[in-house]
Amino acid sequence: MFDIVSFFPRAVMQGVPLLFGGTGEIITEKSGNLNLGIPGIMYVGGICGVIGAFLYEQSAAELNSFLAVAIPTLSCLLGSLLMGLLYCFLTVTLRANQNVTGLAMTTFGIGIGNFFGGSLIKLTDAEVPSIALSATSKVFSKSLPFADNLGWFGKMFLSYGFLAYSAVIIALITAYVIKKTRVGLNLRAVGESPATADAAGINVNKYKYIATCVGSMIAGLGGLYYVMDYACGVWSNDAFGDRGWLAIALVIFSIWRPNLAIIASILFGGLYIVYLYIPAGTQLYMMELYKMLPYLVTIIVLVVVSMRKKRENEPPAALGLAYFREER
Amino acid sequence: MDNKNAAVKMRNISKSFGTVKANDKIWLDIYRGEILALLGENGSGKTTLMNMLSGIYFPDEGEIFIDDKEVVIRSPKDALNLGIGMIHQHFKLVDVLTATENIILGLEGKGKLDLKSAAKKIREICDAYGFDVDPDQHIYEMSVSQKQTVEIVKVLYRGADILILDEPTAVLTPQETDKLFAVLRNMRDAGKAIVIITHKMHEVEDLSDRVAVLRHGQFIGDMPTKDTNAQEMTNMMVGHAVELNIDRPDPVDPKPRVEVKNLTVRSIDGIVKLDDVSFTANSGEILGIAGISGCGQKELLEAIAGLQPTESGSISYIKDDGSREELLGKDPLSIADLGVVLSFVPEDRLGMGLVANMDLGDNMMLRSFRKGKSVFTDRKSPRKLAENVVDELDVVTPGISTPVRRLSGGNVQKVLVGREIASAPTVLLTAYAVRGLDINSSYTIYDLINRQKQKGVAVIYVGEDLDVLLELCDRILVLCGGKVSGIVPGRGAKKREVGMMMTKLGGEKADE
Repeated sequence: MFDIVSFFPRAVMQGVPLLFGGTGEIITEKSGNLNLGIPGIMYVGGICGVIGAFLYEQSAAELNSFLAVAIPTLSCLLGSLLMGLLYCFLTVTLRANQNVTGLAMTTFGIGIGNFFGGSLIKLTDAEVPSIALSATSKVFSKSLPFADNLGWFGKMFLSYGFLAYSAVIIALITAYVIKKTRVGLNLRAVGESPATADAAGINVNKYKYIATCVGSMIAGLGGLYYVMDYACGVWSNDAFGDRGWLAIALVIFSIWRPNLAIIASILFGGLYIVYLYIPAGTQLYMMELYKMLPYLVTIIVLVVVSMRKKRENEPPAALGLAYFREER
Repeated sequence: MDNKNAAVKMRNISKSFGTVKANDKIWLDIYRGEILALLGENGSGKTTLMNMLSGIYFPDEGEIFIDDKEVVIRSPKDALNLGIGMIHQHFKLVDVLTATENIILGLEGKGKLDLKSAAKKIREICDAYGFDVDPDQHIYEMSVSQKQTVEIVKVLYRGADILILDEPTAVLTPQETDKLFAVLRNMRDAGKAIVIITHKMHEVEDLSDRVAVLRHGQFIGDMPTKDTNAQEMTNMMVGHAVELNIDRPDPVDPKPRVEVKNLTVRSIDGIVKLDDVSFTANSGEILGIAGISGCGQKELLEAIAGLQPTESGSISYIKDDGSREELLGKDPLSIADLGVVLSFVPEDRLGMGLVANMDLGDNMMLRSFRKGKSVFTDRKSPRKLAENVVDELDVVTPGISTPVRRLSGGNVQKVLVGREIASAPTVLLTAYAVRGLDINSSYTIYDLINRQKQKGVAVIYVGEDLDVLLELCDRILVLCGGKVSGIVPGRGAKKREVGMMMTKLGGEKADE
């Protein structure tokens, strides 16, 4: 019998980084910026959180719970904000090619992460090539105290750290803002047709900057969640894997809707680990095939959406294009 | 015109793009309760001038006064705050949003959207001026004229009382144009200042109270419309006297050349684009094709050129000796292999006709790169051809190594037509050959087409300006919703009648 009570929380925990990354990328893409640097930004978000936590753990004899959360979170937000600003400066101000910039940012972000990760590992003189920040991690992954008393319900819905709930709340708020508010309408217009938005008196560059930077910061939290909660505070280089790309696939899968992304991220998380739950025996190649599932369903969604040709389900029309008002 | 103060005064306005001076010390006054027609050839700076008024561009020098107060317009928002609204030639609308969402876009107000009350206000504006807009309809579901209406309502919703329309009739049927003009007159009578940019002389005479003429970025003059005429205005625009009548030489020895029988075409979505279309195009004759845009003109031409899969019917090419070749089901390459020289000037010049980033020489090569025996292409003869085209058709270009995207619309079209007729075609297909071209370039193109006709080429001319179709073509085939609404002789056809046939199958009289 398939054990849904133990499977579901693991799917959620896999899904949370994707949801952060996906929500961030949706906000970014709604402004017409195709930020392929998201994997790098999430990576930087993670390592910045680690640096913050490491320095705090080293300097403080006893951990104050509030600071143990606030310092890594702020350093994570700062790091991903800087990455977002860099991306905006290159693509919006200098109008560089978005795909090239994004890919370069990913390489750059992972490089930075591995550099600082490696340096910290050197500093700790650890036997294993990783840093363990278990004290900080405990604060991050603290769940509601009465969760354990509620049986399967508690295990499935209440057993997570605060960042997991933040991811859902941020996604819901984002969905509301995009759909129902003036700012959201303007943002959609910027991504669909910047010239139209400009003619309507919207500051296109400002919207692109803010959306991309906010999106980057949200995505960075995905990296933070991964290290502090999912990986129990253990940072090792390259452990983050291809989650950043999955986050971008998630955007397509959820057809640019953050509220759909919540469910889709859990599905993705589930598909990502389903190979552990399906007895493959000695046939290791089966496992590798199962790992393809998230990408496979993304392709299927792309095919279905393209076939249905509903305008509302298509990517923002000006996605990936730089905007210059006086272009002739 | 009573002695009112000008709503807008533009003084000494200059604007350069790189080394090109688009506007050079222009003076222009715009009055309330008046429709001003702004005239000029392509590239004469009309749109640039108006873009500066609406905040898209910022002038290099000069002053703008609104109601005698000097203002600085840095952005479209500033312009709107001053009551200036512009309806652009290419609509500035977001397709996936509804009419209401588009109209309130960018406005300040409460954070949460209140679409209901906005829709109510839109309905009020529509009732006041006689517009017909469904506030909840998505833009992508709308026809061109509905989109334009949304644009106008958008500007009015923002409280604009100085309206600028950039070639508003380029995409409208005669009936839609009449409706637009009625609305514009309503707005003028309500005291708004209206500027309309257009190429069409009869519209200027019909609608405007005053005309202002620009040429090569300079202000040439303005006068009340009733004191001038089309000839004088054209001369001012071009700078020298221009013959305004389109030549229509008699058909040269017309023989059936292309016979289309019961042609039916469906789009990929299964929508019938052409329904049982039959006609014959004769050599030495121009067959005009009229119709509201999207009625199957594109599919018809592409079916003949071998680019469009068809469902049923036949297209036969009849050679001089009377033998027939079936063109249907063949691609352009196999059609050429039959020895049929077909030239196609597509609607989308820089998409289908030319490669925007390649230079003139390489674009000429697109037709000849298969020739020659070795693996290397022959680059010399296309360059030579490019030079000939530049010389013969007076293409304005820094040289033949300039990418075609840098050329103006008229020159791009000359390059394309020049390449197509250089292959000595027997059938010439043209789609909207003069779209977006100014009077002078248009006449050059008409002239080129007429010369082909006199050489015995069967010309199929898809056009949108009925006046031109009526003056240029020997016969006019009217399409309506993919069906043949009728074929009328070009000589003596009435505009009204053709317009009726475009909107209703058969119009008043249905004949073949």
